Amino acid sequence: MGGYAFYVWGAYGVTVTLLALEVLVLLNRQRETKT
Amino acid sequence: MRWFWYASPQTFFPLAGAIGRASALLAAALALVGLYVGFFVAPTDAQQGEAYRIIFIHVPAAWMSMFIYVVMALWAALGLAFNTRLSAMMARALAPTGARFTFIALLTGALWGKPTWGTWWVWDARLTSELILLFLYFGFMALQAAIDERRRADRAGAILAIVGVVNIPIIYYSVQWWNTLHQGASVSFTRAPSMAATMLTGMILMTLAFWAYSIAVAMARVRCLIMEEKSE
Repeated sequence: MGGYAFYVWGAYGVTVTLLALEVLVLLNRQRETKT
Repeated sequence: MRWFWYASPQTFFPLAGAIGRASALLAAALALVGLYVGFFVAPTDAQQGEAYRIIFIHVPAAWMSMFIYVVMALWAALGLAFNTRLSAMMARALAPTGARFTFIALLTGALWGKPTWGTWWVWDARLTSELILLFLYFGFMALQAAIDERRRADRAGAILAIVGVVNIPIIYYSVQWWNTLHQGASVSFTRAPSMAATMLTGMILMTLAFWAYSIAVAMARVRCLIMEEKSE
């Protein structure tokens, strides 16, 4: 990444983590509402 | 199509499931193609080197943060005007995703700003107005959570959402109205884009992926809200 790996992968890592967390929380909430 | 038939939360529930599943698949496919174009097809930028590749999530997230707010305010306004339960639920379902994209836009902006501007943050018009957008989302969610009676909470949230729309053109035009460190728009409705075609393709694909993702999670959340209100 031409010396910018921390910034580029940091940005992508944070984005993927935040979106994946949102999906997980929603799946959990869906399970709870069904029971 | 019987639009008013689907205005009822109970009849919308199965449709939301179908739309959500289709959007989730579309989001995953678009993100895969978008990331492939962004990392393997788009060339290295002549000025910023590889650091510019943050654009493929920063700009789509920033666009979504503003777009979701406008859609959220429209649903809230519909709920306020017609007292429709589903409209208010849609507004509530969109707010956390809008806030998330606003936070992602700010954070990826900071990670892009440090190597290119030499600073994580500046209190300039674009960054500050985007931060205000994050607070508007938080305010909307906090207000909804603070009022026990559902209809009163929806009405109060709707007024805040509608008033907050004024911030959207301020964010969009901030780079023209004030001298800011943030660069101007690379893509505009009125002129040709000032970037390579493959870079633009990657950015558009990622925007569509985020757009499909937002629909998928909003549909999943509105289904939860419908179920929760039904059980109350």
